[in-house]
Amino acid sequence: MLIQRLLLSDRGGMWVLGLVALLAIAVPVLNLALPPESPFYVSNFTVGLLGKFLCFALLALSVDLIWGYAGILSLGHGAFFTLGGYGMGMYLMRQIGDRGVYGHPELMDFMVVLNWESLPWYWQGFDMFWFAMLMVLLVPGLLALVFGWLAFRSRVTGVYFAIITQALTYALMLAFFRNEMGFGGNNGLNDFKEILGFSLSAKSTRAGLMVASALALIIGYLACRYIVTSRMGRVIVSIRDAESRTRFSGYKVESYKLWLFVFSAMLAAVAGALYVPQVGIINPGEFSPLNSIEMVVWVATGGRGTLFGALVGAFTVNYAKTFFTTFSPETWLFILGSLFVLVTLFMPKGLVGLAARLLGKGDK
Amino acid sequence: MKSTEQLREIWRRDQVFDFVQPPPAFDTVVDTKHGPILYVENVSVSFDGFKALNNLNMYIDDGELRCIIGPNGAGKTTMMDVITGKTKPDTGSIWFGQRIDLLKRSEHQIARGGIGRKFQKPTVFEALSVFENLELATASNKDVWYTLRNDLNGEQRDRIDEVLRQIGLTEHYQQEAGALSHGQKQWLEIGMLLVQNPRVLLVDEPVAGMTGEEVEKTAELLTSLAGRHSVIVVEHDMAFVRSIARKVTVLHQGSVLAEGSMDQVQNDPRVIEVYLGE
Repeated sequence: MLIQRLLLSDRGGMWVLGLVALLAIAVPVLNLALPPESPFYVSNFTVGLLGKFLCFALLALSVDLIWGYAGILSLGHGAFFTLGGYGMGMYLMRQIGDRGVYGHPELMDFMVVLNWESLPWYWQGFDMFWFAMLMVLLVPGLLALVFGWLAFRSRVTGVYFAIITQALTYALMLAFFRNEMGFGGNNGLNDFKEILGFSLSAKSTRAGLMVASALALIIGYLACRYIVTSRMGRVIVSIRDAESRTRFSGYKVESYKLWLFVFSAMLAAVAGALYVPQVGIINPGEFSPLNSIEMVVWVATGGRGTLFGALVGAFTVNYAKTFFTTFSPETWLFILGSLFVLVTLFMPKGLVGLAARLLGKGDK
Repeated sequence: MKSTEQLREIWRRDQVFDFVQPPPAFDTVVDTKHGPILYVENVSVSFDGFKALNNLNMYIDDGELRCIIGPNGAGKTTMMDVITGKTKPDTGSIWFGQRIDLLKRSEHQIARGGIGRKFQKPTVFEALSVFENLELATASNKDVWYTLRNDLNGEQRDRIDEVLRQIGLTEHYQQEAGALSHGQKQWLEIGMLLVQNPRVLLVDEPVAGMTGEEVEKTAELLTSLAGRHSVIVVEHDMAFVRSIARKVTVLHQGSVLAEGSMDQVQNDPRVIEVYLGE
């Protein structure tokens, strides 16, 4: 079977995916079926946190695919994540209907405040779930296609590519901060009520969203695995290691980079779309260049170039973030920075590489 | 090209605009009826005023083994760049056979069309095994969607086995290419050219850094290729050139200084002057 073939040579991935599947089954059961007094009860807070981490893991996967395998360092993946999030946010906003503060049947609250008469054209259709989901994939995908086409065709690589992706996400942040853009400006989109008719404040909906994130992560992982184990995957690794050799072997390097970049952007967008209903808000702050850099740190910490390393990194760093921002918020950025420096200097292959080294020694 | 010439080019009446013509394809057979497979004519390239190639003219016959020598900066590598599409010349034309204009093709099209190139520094995919290196280079459909869904067929695998024998790496086929010795990497790279089934092989300094025994093996390999392929070797090592060359071209300051057999060339007073600096 296909899944078997994909995971057979990937023991680390099998373990991590197994763990994700276990979480996706056990956590909702323990949360929904047990009374809060039970010692095995999993709190709503934990469910939400795990759901968030699963989205981050999917996001890290998308960064790892492009950075770890193709060697393209994108410091703007937050842009695709956030655009996906806005797509979902727009659907959720349309679901509010006339239950907004101003009770307008069609317009969002922030539009009423701006004295807008009617819904802008780009908000049309977002009341339909399928359309919103299509846009979640298409808009970031199209942006990646145009942006990547321009960049790769001109053979922009390395640090220059990283800088222009930073500029991209920063420009989007500034644009979305403007009220006239029609995306809620500074405040973004929030105050969501329900998704597909299920109330977002219900326990079961939150558990369901967490399971959906886990499913998306597993499917995304298998898709990435399919790509990297195919002949295309080997071409991509060759591009990373010796681009001109690949070109002179008859491969159109630009196309390979471009399609991988588009796919990666779409994965990031799906992560964003799943993230928004779980945190209940999306605002332009998510576009912040710092976020995109953090994603790279997750991947570097976990171990780039192995898909499951990205998942390990996303979970570890985000768990640490939750821990430290709770106990001493002002130190977190220093810890993040020093983490990146230490990982780059002493663990070039990340936690996964470290574990492999320790296990290898244990065997001997 | 001057702007007036460019303007005139646009308004030519004997041909339609390039963009309405079908994209140039390589599927036509390379036409070598008149002997040469590669026509390099009046090619000039300059970088910031420095003329790397200056009105270079050269013809390579089908199946020939040609050595190109010349002092540093003579334009040897630039010549390869121009033929393989990496650098576009300022003037001149390059034809592959009589019907294929190489200046209208991009690097990957030229590579697919049958011109293989080995770099000065051995460049192989270090993270992949020897077999995978050859697998990637093998002539097949190299489009994104195709490679995502298809592996090589039996015929292509047989070709890889054959080339593995030719370059003497059959026993190492599972080994990571990064772990090969310097000489083995050079051979692997030549093997990667061979599985592309090229008509022309451009080989840049194949024996640099090799031991005497390896040099001998390489000479044997390259001479065995001539006939089936046209081989162009750029090399500094005169002893090596002498051992394989039938015809030698000497480049100097971007154009051909002398051409002929090794003895002829070595006794040419101009060549002696350039090399010994009288």
